[in-house]
Order: sequence, then structure tokens, then C-alpha cells
Amino acid sequence: MSPATASKAFLEVDNLSVHFPTDDGLVRAVDGVSFTLQKGRTLGIVGESGSGKSVTSLAIMGLHRGTRAKLTGHIRLDGQDLTELTDEELRQLRGNKMAMIFQDPLSAMHPYYTIGQQLVEAIQVHSSESKKAARTSVVEMLGRVGIPNPNKRVDQYPHEFSGGMRQRAMIAMALINNPELLIADEPTTALDVTVQAQILDLMRGLQREFGSAIIMITHDLGVVAEIADQVLVMYGGKCVEYGTVDDSFHWPDHPYTWGLLTSMPRLDRVKQERLVPVVGNPPSLINVPPGCAFHPRCAFRALASQPCDSVVPELAESYFGHLSRCHIPVAQRAETFASDIAPKL
Amino acid sequence: MYPRLYSEPAEAVCASRDQRGAAVTTGLGYSAGTDDPMAPAAPTDSVRAIQGLSPGRLALRRLLKDRVTMVAFFVAIFFVVLALAAPLLEAAKLIDPQTPHPELLGGWGSMPIGPFGGVSPQHWMGVVPATGWDVFSRVIAGLTVSLVVATLAVMISVVVGTVLGIVSGAAGGRVDALLSRVIDFVLSFPQTLMLIALSTIVIDIIQAATGAPRTPASMAFMICVMGFFGWPYFARIIRGQVLSLKQREFIEAAQSLGARRGRIYFKELLPHLWAPILVYTTMVLPQNIATEAALGFLGVGIQSPTPSFGSILNDSVHYARADPAYFMFPGLTLFIVVLSFNLVGDGLRDALDPKADRQ
Repeated sequence: MSPATASKAFLEVDNLSVHFPTDDGLVRAVDGVSFTLQKGRTLGIVGESGSGKSVTSLAIMGLHRGTRAKLTGHIRLDGQDLTELTDEELRQLRGNKMAMIFQDPLSAMHPYYTIGQQLVEAIQVHSSESKKAARTSVVEMLGRVGIPNPNKRVDQYPHEFSGGMRQRAMIAMALINNPELLIADEPTTALDVTVQAQILDLMRGLQREFGSAIIMITHDLGVVAEIADQVLVMYGGKCVEYGTVDDSFHWPDHPYTWGLLTSMPRLDRVKQERLVPVVGNPPSLINVPPGCAFHPRCAFRALASQPCDSVVPELAESYFGHLSRCHIPVAQRAETFASDIAPKL
Repeated sequence: MYPRLYSEPAEAVCASRDQRGAAVTTGLGYSAGTDDPMAPAAPTDSVRAIQGLSPGRLALRRLLKDRVTMVAFFVAIFFVVLALAAPLLEAAKLIDPQTPHPELLGGWGSMPIGPFGGVSPQHWMGVVPATGWDVFSRVIAGLTVSLVVATLAVMISVVVGTVLGIVSGAAGGRVDALLSRVIDFVLSFPQTLMLIALSTIVIDIIQAATGAPRTPASMAFMICVMGFFGWPYFARIIRGQVLSLKQREFIEAAQSLGARRGRIYFKELLPHLWAPILVYTTMVLPQNIATEAALGFLGVGIQSPTPSFGSILNDSVHYARADPAYFMFPGLTLFIVVLSFNLVGDGLRDALDPKADRQ
């Protein structure tokens, strides 16, 4: 059904929900998200702030454990259900089989240890390699991620690195044990555009080399177009559209995705038209609007076949291998896109 | 005249603004740090000079500029060295706290002969009434005993308080709830009352169990009790720090790399806690010295003939009217010791606070 279930998936997230009970009520940060990912492929997860992107990634890493979060659903990595593992079993997988790149490497690295010390630790947590051997592999890895003069840089502290170099070091830290699954939580948001392109190139190159599966979490559609094979668009903790990158950019099928695409400035746009924002604000995750969470902001709800404000639309196949969650009949959606949206892109 | 007056404060403002900018920059670098304060700034000369300073270097620079703290620091160091050297001085017969000098006493009640309790070139602080011991020697020897008791008590408090504080803050949940109640429980104990009420019994028990003489037994009692009642204060401060520290991203990053719990507690969290530990230690140490003196004064703990601030003061009040100098000299010394340590603690706190603005 979905684009990746053809062969056995490496990562399979099945109906994942993460809820946080708070004094104000239940926060449904992630609500029934499913996707699959093959080795060597990249999934882009896009959405506004608070749409549940980061919580999804933290749940896969098992970092919600020990907090108040309530998790339901299954996460299968290489056939192993991560939700059923003990804390210790999960700890052994972290940094080894799966690793994470954080948005802000300055706050994600320990300020009191040198880059080298931190990377050596990351190796020694998972193997009995000697300090000297570990250091050699660290220097090699730093060179591989494009840090010049790694022999000298290895003994410097994170604050002595520039922003781009720090993100490279962060990537080196995540890749040091050759993880098969790499989760990148907005790895380029804090970087300027040239460095951003370098980092994306680097990640693509390393993916080719190591064959890892990558989950790229971002709110930058340009980054997704650049690097991802599949896209999952999240809104209000739910998946609203899921398909290949080509499909999602050329035949987007959900009014929210239309909104995202028309609000994005493009260099290759011929006509100089004003950008169209998605009106309104992201929903509160405590009081998610009833029915379709997007309906208060949706410009096309008049076309819907069912009441948007009371019935929750199902995630359904709208054309081959492409899933979306909308009450507007498929044919009408295609028509609306062709007449109203496509000319603006 | 007027332009000159005007230009001087203007320069001062510029200078202070530069320094403040540096302090804020470095503070952000290891606290909130969502933006990138360490990134190369415009290469003007003043900025480049500031850029290379780590938070530690900056704190040291602030400390060195603080004249009161530096004086207090050297005074405190002087007393520590003196306390450490006291056993050597005694062995070398330079001080002599326990040889009676009856020839220096006289009159009704064996009071010291001479002004200010018998001050003389041989006896800088006079002699003790009734026994003729040299007060100066007793103060130095007593300094050793008092400092040993206070330091060991602080060490117990620091170690227990830090470990339990980290565990409580980082583990959270039921562990935290339990430890926090224990802290409340210990803090609600009337410490002084306990010390007075239990001292005789407990010291007897220690003596019976170990066969130790009276003085080491009462020292051990003082150390244990002050250490025991001191740790909850540390634990509370450390717990509070850990609660905010553990939300920081590098902890999450360490977890994402598979770091074990022990490593996160003691290699990721602990290095961030040395500043509050250091500051609080220097502030609790003089408090312990004063507590020992106060309890000794009340007749609890270390007793004459073993000198300590407590036992000396306890002895001296008997002669407060006839020989006030015997009370004044040790009392004044105690005051200077406690004051110097307190000022060092205060200065450290100011210097290590990245938000401090002391222009």
C-alpha cells in the first residue's frame, strides 16, 4: 500500500502514539503515526513547530523513557520491537545501531570535554577498543566528515569550532559506530545556506558509503526535496500526507501540503506573485480541533464530502502509493490542485 | 574643565560595557546557548582579546580584581598553613600548648602577672590563668583541631550531599520523592539540641566500641554529627541545579549515544556542579568552625586540656571578668578565621556567577 512495503522494511513504525498527561489535559504530541523505511533510503518528516516531528524521533530512540510520556504502538527496527526492550537493551542499541544528530550541536555537546574525548567515549560505550585505537578512528572519522586538520582539531573544545564544523563533528559523533538508522533532527536549521548544502552533501555521501537509513526531520521543504526519498507531512500529531518526494512535490494531495508549498519562496518561480501564508495558527495539542485537525485553517473545506469539523478523515490511498487524510473526494482534489494550486507553484 | 569631566565617565562606561558583554557572552556559551555566541565575531582588537577567555579564566580574572576577597583569601591560606604546621611547630618546641608556667601566675586565684593576661615577648597572647599554659600556642594548636573537625565534616556533607543530590535530581520520580522527604526529615531535626543531648552517650559508645581516647572520640562525634546535618543543604542545592541541567540537550545527546546512567551522573552532570560545590563548601566551612566553637563553649564535644576554639572559649569564660584578655585573644582569632573564610566564599560566589554585574 504505502510506497515502501513492497519488500521487508528495515524500520517499521506502526500506529505510534505519544501522549503526555499534564495538569491542563492530555497532550497528544503524536497520534497514530505509521511509516516504513528501507536501508539506504531517506524519509523526510515535515511539519510546523509542535506537529510532533521531534517527539516521533525521540520515541524511536526511546528517549521518552523515564518521563511521563505514554507510548502506544510498535517500533520495529530490523525485526526487533523496540517498545518491548528493556532499558538496558535499548541503551545498547542507541549510538550503535541507531544514532541521532541534534539541531544545535553547541548545546548537544558537552562543553567541558574536547571533541576527541566525547567521540572516544562514544566508541568505548559500545566496544572494548583501547583509547589509542579509538582515538585513531576518531581522527579518521573527523577527516571523513570534512574537518580539516583533524589531528589538531580533535583536541579542541566544541566552542572552538565554528557552527558548520561543529555540526560536522556532531555528525561524526553520530556516525562513529556506523549506525544503520540515523535520525537527524533539523540538522541544518542553525546553519547558513552554503554550510547547509555542504552538510546535506556530506550526509548523502555518508549514506551511500554506510548504507544507513536516514530520518530527516525538518520544516524546510527545500531540504526535503534535496535529500529525501519519501515525505511524511505531519499536522497536529497526525500524518496528513505520506508518499514519495516526487509525488508529494508534483502532485501534493492535501490542502495543508498545498499551503506549505505555496507559502515557500522559490528561485525558479517565473511569476513574481505574493506568497500565500497558511492562515491561522498550529492547533493546540491539548484541544485538537474535532474532526480534521486542519479544518479551521483549510481554505477548501467547502468541497468536502463529509463534515470536516466532526468526522476524522482516514489516511487513505489517493493515487498509487500515495496516502493522504482528507474528506475532499480524490477526483475533486486533483482538479482543485490542477486549477488553483499548480499555477501558483 | 567641563569637557574633561564629561569625557572621563564616557570612557568608563565604554570599558564596563565591553566587560559586561564578555561576561554575558561566556555565560550564554555554557548555559542557555540556543544561538551561537562563540562564533567568530567581528575581528576588532578588543573583541579578539576577550574571545579566548574560558568561563573559568574569566572568573579567575574577576576574582583577582576583587581586593577584599584576595586579602581574605591570603588570610585564610595563612591560617590553613598555620594549622597544618602546628604539629611540626610543636615538635620543634616553637609552640608549647601544655607546659604549665606557675612562675607567671600570682595573687588570689592564680591570675597571670602583667598587663593583658600576661602578654610578654615569650607569650604573645599571655598565659592561661590557673595553669600558666601559653595562650598563643593553644590558639594555634586549637586552630588545627577546629579546622580538622570542620573540614572533615564539610567533606562528609559534600560527598553525601552531592551524590544524593545528583541521584535525586537526575533519577526523578519515586527516588526523588523519597530522597526529598529524607532531606526534609533531616533538616527538621533540631541539630544543636541533638548534639547537646546525645554527646555524652554517643561519645561513650564510640569510646567503648573503638577503645579510642576521649579526644579522638569526641572529634569523631562532632565530625559525624556536623557532617550528617550538613549534607541536606548540599543535596538541595545540587538537586536544584541537576533538575535544570538534565533538561539540557547534551544530556539527551549522551543518552542517544548509549551512555550509561553512572556516566551521565558523574561525568556529564558533575563537571557542571563544581562551582556551587566550591562556593558552598567555602561558606559551610567557617560555619562549622563557628558551630564547633559554640558547642565547645556550651561544654559539648572537645574538652580541655585538648585545645580547640570551643574548649579554649569554654575555659576562658570562667575568667571573663578577672582576665578578659584570655577571652579576647582566642575570640578575636576565631572571628578573623571565620570572617576570612566567609569573605572568600562570598567572593567566589560573585566571581563564578556569570550573570554577576559588579561594575
